[in-house]
Amino acid sequence: MSAILELRRVDASYGPVAVLQSIDLTVEKGEVVALLGANGAGKTTTLRAVSNMMVRTGGEIRLADQRIDGLATERIARLGVAHVPEGRGTFEALTVEENLQLGSYVRRDRDVGRDLARVYGYFSVLAERRRQQAGTLSGGEQQMLAIARALMLRPRLLLLDEPSFGLAPLVVQKIFGILGAINRDEGTSMLLVEQNAGLALELARHAFVLEAGRVVMSGEASTIAGDESVRRAYLGL
Amino acid sequence: MEGFLHQLLLGLASGSIYGGVALALVMIFKATHHVNFAQGELAMFTTYISWSLIQAGAPYWVAFALTLGGAFLLGSLIQVAIVRRVQHAPVLTVVIVFIGLLIILNSLAGWLFGHTTIDFPSPFPADAWYGSAYFSPHEVGMTVVTLATLALVYAFFRYTRLGLAMRAAALNPASSRLVGIRVDRMLALGWGFASLLGAVAGMMAAPIVFLEPNMMVGILVYAFAAALLGGIENPWGAPIGGFIVGVMENLAGAYVVGTQIKLAVALFIIVAVLVFKPSGLFGRRSVVRV
Repeated sequence: MSAILELRRVDASYGPVAVLQSIDLTVEKGEVVALLGANGAGKTTTLRAVSNMMVRTGGEIRLADQRIDGLATERIARLGVAHVPEGRGTFEALTVEENLQLGSYVRRDRDVGRDLARVYGYFSVLAERRRQQAGTLSGGEQQMLAIARALMLRPRLLLLDEPSFGLAPLVVQKIFGILGAINRDEGTSMLLVEQNAGLALELARHAFVLEAGRVVMSGEASTIAGDESVRRAYLGL
Repeated sequence: MEGFLHQLLLGLASGSIYGGVALALVMIFKATHHVNFAQGELAMFTTYISWSLIQAGAPYWVAFALTLGGAFLLGSLIQVAIVRRVQHAPVLTVVIVFIGLLIILNSLAGWLFGHTTIDFPSPFPADAWYGSAYFSPHEVGMTVVTLATLALVYAFFRYTRLGLAMRAAALNPASSRLVGIRVDRMLALGWGFASLLGAVAGMMAAPIVFLEPNMMVGILVYAFAAALLGGIENPWGAPIGGFIVGVMENLAGAYVVGTQIKLAVALFIIVAVLVFKPSGLFGRRSVVRV
């Protein structure tokens, strides 16, 4: 197996405020990796560091064999990193279908129609609402739209920032079920940031636990889920 | 009654010019929340370019097309070379830069082309069949050309991939970067299109207001009024605002305040909109569920 994403001694800061300190993290091709930790531990910042978005980074970030640290956000997206940001980042004034078309904006091939059908297959509710303004969707539907838009890129790596945030448990179950299906069917590698550690550990194969900007624990998701002291200290389970 | 009809049609004709410049203002405002005070001078300057081309012997429509290309490049270039450097600066800085641009373009035009008023040619012959007592051939022609340009611009934004990306970049730059859109490039293109719209308005207005460095000053004020009236965030409101302002200006000029101070009508509209309905007549609020 080879790594799709590798972070080596990555630091990150917002202006003078250091958030990440010398993080090492690897996502293997085709696997789901969960990134866990309390609020303010640096989970979102880790994803932003990968996308080079709003944060200054040091260290080395590799996508497969290519160094991507320091590249512009849009270049990184063009290399196949689809980032579903905190707050979903949908284009609220545009229709559902326009949002999805934007997801495939950088692709030069002509299979976009087929991919629309593919993501509508995963998220049938979006097909029903394709002409609707994205801002009128419910929270769960907007999260689905954000994920669907990311899939339109045919990403080599999907970065997910708290897809469960603010959603009803039933909707969260559904979204995580679909994420699992996408990973199984298409082998999409995912780096998943979650507050809901129990759910994330069910989906992920490996997990990293962050505390105050450092990786304090990493390993098989099942091991971490089973470790009573970790559960109590970091995951609130 | 005939006089009234004539004033009404004249108002619609000049309204199409105001609408074109208003749309240029709205495009830049939507993308960056900047009001481009230099929009009118940019249009004036490009009109001089077309005049130079015509003087050099180019047929009118060739000069027209070349000027559109030149205007697009000039607009994009100004964005890349100047505006981009201040896009995150405080509002006042941006305003000063735009006023600086206005003065530079105005002075440059005077320096290069002189301050004498030039009788700019109309491509529509004075005896054309579509002329009438109410509506001269040039007024018909300029209304049609301006509206056709607006239609093309709308079609571009509505139906093309690049148009969609430009709208996205204006709506949400951060998300646009995440899907791989080069937002800076989209802003430069936006300036190009705005400048192109201004060039059309300038070339169509010049036979009426005559070509001189200050030709667009009044038009820009009417265009501001049109953009605000239509809703500064609503591109569909701009041409409608333009028509309303054009008609009001002409009717008020003919029957109420007289032509000497009809520019005050535009200022009155601007103040009235800002005080009573800042979002404009068609200011649309997008629905957001949190």
